[in-house]
Amino acid sequence: MVTVTSPAPQQGAVAAAAPVPRRGAHRWVSRFTPWLFLVVPLAFLVVFTYVPVVNMFWYSFTSWDGIDPVKEPVGWRNYVEIFTRPEIFRVFLVSLYYLVGAALQLVLALYFATLLSFNTRFRNFFKGIIFFPYLINGVAIGLVFLYFFRPGGTLDATLAAFGVTEPPMWLGDPSLVNVSLAATSVWRYMGLNFVLFLGAIQSIPNELYEAADLDGASSWQKFRYIIAPGIKQIIGLSVILAISGALSVFEIPFIMTGGANGSMTFVIQTVNTAFTFSRVGLASAMAVVLLVIVLVITWVQRRIVPDERGDLS
Amino acid sequence: MKWLASAHAVGGQEPRVDDDKVNDDESEKIEMAKTHILRVVGIGAAAALVLGACSGGSTGTGESDDGSISGSITVLTNRTDIVDSVFEDYAERFREVHPDVEVAFEPVTDYEGDVSIRLNTRDYGDVLLIPNTITKDQLPTFFEPLGTVEELEKTYRFVQEQAFGGDGYGIAITGNAQGLVVNTAVWEAAGISEPPATPEDFLDALEAIEQETDAIPYYTNYADGWPLSQWQGNRGTIAGTETENLLAASEAPWTPGEEMHELDSLLYEIVSRGLAEPDPTTTNWEESKNLLGSGQVATMVLGSWAVTQMRDAAEAAGGSPEDIAYWPLPFQTDGTFRSVVGGDYKNAVSIHSENKPAARAWVEWFATESGYAESEGGLSPTVGSELPDTLAAFEPLGVELVEITPAPEGEEGLLSDIYNTAEIDLWGNVYRQRLIDIARGAADGDMDTYFDELNDRWGAARAGVTG
Repeated sequence: MVTVTSPAPQQGAVAAAAPVPRRGAHRWVSRFTPWLFLVVPLAFLVVFTYVPVVNMFWYSFTSWDGIDPVKEPVGWRNYVEIFTRPEIFRVFLVSLYYLVGAALQLVLALYFATLLSFNTRFRNFFKGIIFFPYLINGVAIGLVFLYFFRPGGTLDATLAAFGVTEPPMWLGDPSLVNVSLAATSVWRYMGLNFVLFLGAIQSIPNELYEAADLDGASSWQKFRYIIAPGIKQIIGLSVILAISGALSVFEIPFIMTGGANGSMTFVIQTVNTAFTFSRVGLASAMAVVLLVIVLVITWVQRRIVPDERGDLS
Repeated sequence: MKWLASAHAVGGQEPRVDDDKVNDDESEKIEMAKTHILRVVGIGAAAALVLGACSGGSTGTGESDDGSISGSITVLTNRTDIVDSVFEDYAERFREVHPDVEVAFEPVTDYEGDVSIRLNTRDYGDVLLIPNTITKDQLPTFFEPLGTVEELEKTYRFVQEQAFGGDGYGIAITGNAQGLVVNTAVWEAAGISEPPATPEDFLDALEAIEQETDAIPYYTNYADGWPLSQWQGNRGTIAGTETENLLAASEAPWTPGEEMHELDSLLYEIVSRGLAEPDPTTTNWEESKNLLGSGQVATMVLGSWAVTQMRDAAEAAGGSPEDIAYWPLPFQTDGTFRSVVGGDYKNAVSIHSENKPAARAWVEWFATESGYAESEGGLSPTVGSELPDTLAAFEPLGVELVEITPAPEGEEGLLSDIYNTAEIDLWGNVYRQRLIDIARGAADGDMDTYFDELNDRWGAARAGVTG
């Protein structure tokens, strides 16, 4: 700001008077300017992400209860326990519901993004509607949907208007609870995928569409041969996010059911282990295992779908 | 307080009656859930902060030459709802006695979660409530001894609950009894005006309420979770003062005749006979107060701290506060009802406090002079005081009050080690939620298979812990 407001001639005069040191300082400054901007975010990243993760690895080799000043090292015992207790892994079956939900979510998001990237009536309105849920706090969503799903709640009242008189218990029925929760999750996160897809689609040069129009391409052909290849990378990224999200789903089931009634997920189980059973060591090991699983899945996914640049030519 | 604390009565706390109090605050579910999530994030973050934490803390002079105390103290409290009103009055009145002491309050919304993490630093106020996650052998690490148990017991009740090695570390802020909160208007509409004396009579009474009235006979508060731990507060109603030592010594607590079996099978029967709310997964604590207050629900198992809140709710719903009464559980020993009494949270002095005399003065003043216990409808923490009017029904029934004997020296952590290792959260909600799921047919198995499973896990954990 200061340099901008200072009079131009004077600046030139200073530069002329002492060109050599000034230029050296300039080079020094320009080399470090990016780092200067990065100091604050990097500090946050290190303090709030990397240091805790390193600590988590250390805790996972102890029997720490979360409070005791002494952390007793126990070697690999926590990991052995995780892999010798089938019930710890059984909860990953619940993730399948969210995985199916995530697939549905990607398809819907892609569909709406494509639709709304063309000239549709009220397109900005619809964009807002679809993205809005993502802006709402997850806790608020959990509570709203708790009222939505309860007996005689919003959903039942709506269904009653269509003549459904005996709706099931959406959260009380163990065969439905995960479907209800996954649907809530789809409602919430579709907006994010939608915006990612929409942004990618809009970065495709307009001339391609014009050329396609001249060639008489249909909407499907435009999607198949222009849009899909053009946003391949972002689709790949979304798939990774969806898979890791399905494995580590937490917020919505935690707030709505607390993991009760067969809706326990791996992360809720980890939280219970740490804070209900005071076994922070074991819980840290569970968190490490989840991290490794997500990394492995990401790696496999990258091998299957290599990261090539989107190619429209 | 909160459903949270509750809620999540987090932690392998020592089983104590006060867990409930934690819950009774008006804290909101949202806050709770939020803080819970934050806490997860916080595990790591807090750890990170510990590395950089230096010794902060208050400054002051402590005891001056003439024996009067001075300095400034910070008091942590879970009562976020009244910290700016009632607590300010307390500070004002305290200043009249100790003019040189400055008292500042620090309200903590998710008290259990936040404070137990803060104990890893040296900066956790001068006076604080001992979190339930602290085991007794950890007390000397974090808190200043207030005197020998013998000495303290001349003035205060419930000292044993936070004592270690013969020293007392905390003084209760109030005390609670355990039993049933009932809406007597609904019970009378079903023709019952006396507390049932056996589980069978109790279940029959609930059936009568189901048939004669529109009310839901029993409300589990399953979704919030922590109200289920209120059942555990009633241990001792059947087994007596030695209940915790008996439990720690038991190989299979869910065997017929054992206390855990009797309590949990009663809950199971209530649910399996359809006497509880139809969809337990969508219950709501705040709303349940209105339901009971307005007579749409007849009964809940809660600590006596709930009575004042339920009476307020009854009044707000246009009902009569007199309809809300507190009854003992339907178990009698030699023809006498019993109710477990215990201290709520205990005020303690931080071992890192720089104004220990002032902090201590606050702890004592709060228990003896503040009137907090009376205003909460709780049992006074001082020796020789009378029953509060919330427990009026106890007097004519001749209810015997039971105080739980603490574990003997050297075994203070045994019980919590067993249930944490077994991952049976006696003071949480997970295992009783599953019990209810099985009872209502939403999970596989029946009462016997589930109790067998619990016995197996308990036995294995116990063998591991003691072996």
